Amino acid sequence: MKIVLLTAAILASLTGAGLAQQEPELVVYTYDSFISEWGTGPIVEPAFEAICGCELKLVAAGDGAAVLSRLQLEGSRSDADVVLGLDTSISMKAVATGLFVEHGIAVPKLDLPIVWNDPIFVPFDWGYFAFVYDKTKLVKPPASFAELRAMPDDFKIIIEDPRSSTPGLGLLLWIKRVFGEESAAVWRDLKPHILTVTAGWSEAYGLFLQGEAEMVLSYTSSPAYHLIAEGDDSKAAASFKEGHYMQIETAAMLAASDQPDLARRFLEYVLSDEFQAAIPETNWMYPVRTPESGLPDGFKSLIEPTEALLFSNQEAEDLRDAALSEWLDSVGN
Amino acid sequence: MRLLGWLALALLATLGIGSIAAVATRGSSVVELPAGFWSVLRFTILQAALSSALSVACAVPLARALARRNFVGRNLLVAALGAPFLLPSLVAVMGVLAIYGRSGSIQTFLVWVGMPTFNIYGLSGIVLTHVFFNLPLVTRLILQGWSDIPGVQFRLSAQLGLRAGDIFRVLEWPMLKRIVPGALLLVFLLCSTSFAVVLTMGGGPKSTTLEVAIYQALRFDFDLAAAATLAVMQVLVCSVALASVALTQGNVAFGKTRFAVQERWDAKSNRHILADLSCMVLAVLFLLPPILAVCTRGLLPIFSGLPAGVWQAALRSVCVAFSASAITLIIGLATANLLDELRGANSRFGKVLGVIGFLPIAISPFVLGTGLFILINAIADPFALALPLTTIINASFCMPLALSALLPAFAKARERNFRLAQALNLQGWTRFRIAIWPEIRRPALFSAAIAAALSMGDFGTVALFAPPDGGTLPLLMQRLMASYQMDEAAGVAVLLVALSFGLFWLIDRGGRFGNQI
Amino acid sequence: MEIRFDKTTLQLGLFRIDADVRFPAGKITALIGPSGSGKSTLLAAIAGFVVPKSGSISIGSREMNAIAPGLRPVTMVFQEHNLFPHLDVSQNVGLGLRPSLKPSKAEIAAIDAALDRVGLLGMGGRMPANLSGGQIGRVALARALLRKRPVLLLDEPFAALGPALRHDMLDLVAEVQTEDALTVLLVTHLPDDAKRIAALTAVVSDGLVSDPVATGRLFLDPPNSLSEYLG
Repeated sequence: MKIVLLTAAILASLTGAGLAQQEPELVVYTYDSFISEWGTGPIVEPAFEAICGCELKLVAAGDGAAVLSRLQLEGSRSDADVVLGLDTSISMKAVATGLFVEHGIAVPKLDLPIVWNDPIFVPFDWGYFAFVYDKTKLVKPPASFAELRAMPDDFKIIIEDPRSSTPGLGLLLWIKRVFGEESAAVWRDLKPHILTVTAGWSEAYGLFLQGEAEMVLSYTSSPAYHLIAEGDDSKAAASFKEGHYMQIETAAMLAASDQPDLARRFLEYVLSDEFQAAIPETNWMYPVRTPESGLPDGFKSLIEPTEALLFSNQEAEDLRDAALSEWLDSVGN
Repeated sequence: MRLLGWLALALLATLGIGSIAAVATRGSSVVELPAGFWSVLRFTILQAALSSALSVACAVPLARALARRNFVGRNLLVAALGAPFLLPSLVAVMGVLAIYGRSGSIQTFLVWVGMPTFNIYGLSGIVLTHVFFNLPLVTRLILQGWSDIPGVQFRLSAQLGLRAGDIFRVLEWPMLKRIVPGALLLVFLLCSTSFAVVLTMGGGPKSTTLEVAIYQALRFDFDLAAAATLAVMQVLVCSVALASVALTQGNVAFGKTRFAVQERWDAKSNRHILADLSCMVLAVLFLLPPILAVCTRGLLPIFSGLPAGVWQAALRSVCVAFSASAITLIIGLATANLLDELRGANSRFGKVLGVIGFLPIAISPFVLGTGLFILINAIADPFALALPLTTIINASFCMPLALSALLPAFAKARERNFRLAQALNLQGWTRFRIAIWPEIRRPALFSAAIAAALSMGDFGTVALFAPPDGGTLPLLMQRLMASYQMDEAAGVAVLLVALSFGLFWLIDRGGRFGNQI
Repeated sequence: MEIRFDKTTLQLGLFRIDADVRFPAGKITALIGPSGSGKSTLLAAIAGFVVPKSGSISIGSREMNAIAPGLRPVTMVFQEHNLFPHLDVSQNVGLGLRPSLKPSKAEIAAIDAALDRVGLLGMGGRMPANLSGGQIGRVALARALLRKRPVLLLDEPFAALGPALRHDMLDLVAEVQTEDALTVLLVTHLPDDAKRIAALTAVVSDGLVSDPVATGRLFLDPPNSLSEYLG
């Protein structure tokens, strides 16, 4: 019994809310890795608090899709003021929930390969999906989907499941964008090369680092991590002739926010030089506005896709379900 | 004590039925089974059935070998056999792949000697990993069955000149008939809700189980009605399995932590020794390398420094584990006590109620988590209750294991001490303390130990209720992996495994010390 | 057949007993002594379940150390668990003939005769769970008789029975011993058991076994080891 009481007491002290705050609180829902010690969160949290006279509470709720379904579960009761980390492929789904409002802030000129004028979502970083490989093990990577389709059967890739992960969904849309009606045939050709389909990016990348497959679906910016953080230049992204599909991660404010002004200030802060300069070496993605100090050296050696591919939010929404069933049919049988 | 039992059952029922209902009410009213449902259902049953059949088929000879051979390090081997079951699934998958994967040691060797390689991904990989997890658990269950055969019956058999085959027919087969159905059921239930293993080892969407479909409904489609429907189907499948076992009178009982060796005069020939030896060697060769792979990968980061925050996370994990363990113990004892009393009075009613205790394992953790989230969200902030909720969910997942250890022990205690207790007019708490607790102490602490160890490793539910600042060790591991820090994650995994195993050992030890009966 | 311990040391963990003693053929010898003195260990050694650490055990003219339990000219009735719970009475008894659960016609007749001898005719179809303690002892004895081994070892098989039942069983043992000219060793902690049927009695205590002497004389003038036990 003593143990029970003791652990209950410890639990209470660990979970118990802090003392009453005088300062207003801004609650931001985001994905797990953003707030981790190596993520962007620990840098921008104190920086924003220093200028807003508020307390910034970053709340992690799994990956991007999990954040959205959590908001849907909570509905208007949610404490969240801002959501950070929704990817453009689920933007329309987010809009359809009716939980978000237009931000109304002035968005400065962005360094994105495309024109951005969405009234609800503020982009904070972006990247290209790409297959990452190990230069020491693979001398001549496929330079296009066409070449990948034609590789011998023992050439393996690891991809993520579009039902449970953003990169997985990204690849689905990438192939749809390049091949349109032909996508099913492409998937059928890719099928023998797919070693396995993992639930999320971490498992896939972990397996790749263990040497399970020649290539893994990740981002063009992934090699920058190994270069900058580990001094390892053996990883590279394969540049595909057809172009690379983009991922743009966005932030948006909630209609039910009780701190709309603070929320808007936060969205403006997301586009500030301070926030944007933190992105490359914490989130390992491209900032939407190149910071004054420029990109880190490691980012300069990355491949530059010849063509940036992206569906509009509406197109992505219209295609999503059909593309998934097509994928299930052609890879799952 | 009785009231507590009803409360415990009500809590389990709320968790089980309530969570599905909560998910269902939030969904649209029109529900149809998703496309491809039947093939998903078929695959779910197929992989779970194969996994459980294979686990049991391998566990029987292994348990027999362990039951009848004594050697230096035997107890250590039996203890080490428990390790795979305590591994977080993602860690186990990485370990299994380090050995059997495309770049694993075996394939590397095959390539080196110029032999053809094999593809582990697919049904075979799923089943292999599930067997890796569950073989040790089943071995323990069956080993207990062997230990429960009175040693003198083997003397009697030796005297009567019964050979191994006769003894199997006369002594071992009846025991297996009693234990195997329950063991099959347990593994089936565990495998039918498995998620990370199925996706990672499955090799593609053809390996889709109900659990994956539920995840898709919840996350991709946000179709709560579909998720609830799938969850109901999952419970139905598990109920059919439960019912079929209940009909064959299977009663899984485990809880012993020390297994007596039985001297066997029918198995003294070299042939038998060789057979047992190869069983044990094969088991060690199958189970140990993945664990070693996990450990060696994580050792370097442990020495070169674990990430900051790891100790707070470890403390939180240990707290969750201890609390889950305590709750499992309390709910388990109250439920087992009630069920035992009811079975004494009205066996059918007690049996039906007993199913509630097994419900949590039959329900998708995602549905359970989401349903609980909806329920809690109506009255309080789920974030603020993150750790207590995680604790309760973990504890409820451990209930089936706890009940299967406690129910037989209660029955035995009743048989042995109840008349005496009645004669001395011992009532309520005193009766429990004097007449029951000494008999059930070991299985009780064993289930508490299992609960603690399993709660350390779980993160299916933790992620949904991720506390705002700092999570548990598994969450930390997940976040490290999501930030490219695979080596540090491996280090945390080793710490996690060591803590799980240490906690298990510590609590289980508590059951062995003191009054030995 | 005579049972002979030749400077035999039996060791189980820390427990040790030394025996250098003969039990004569065709007689009932009782082994008496405090619990834990090693009476059962002696029987287990004769039956082949405990291998001597040194010395040897012979039955008749044959040295037994290397002979498997099932091949020794010995049959033993244990304290408990004498019946396989999943087999009925006939099957349990039938195992005394050969390890088959499908006896031939002749074997069925032999089984029934054995059951008749212990007073259980017609009970062959019962399961052990439905038998009383006395009946279980009788089934075990029936099987022992059917095995036709010259040496019968009884390890307190009737300890749990009431006086009347126990006396019946002892008398039954005495009866079959005479009829089949068996060498019987009876482990007991009750002097009455020994006095009732055992011609000879040996005392086991402090890790030693005394030579068997005539039971009546022993109890008239008990040695120290015995009088301590009798109190």
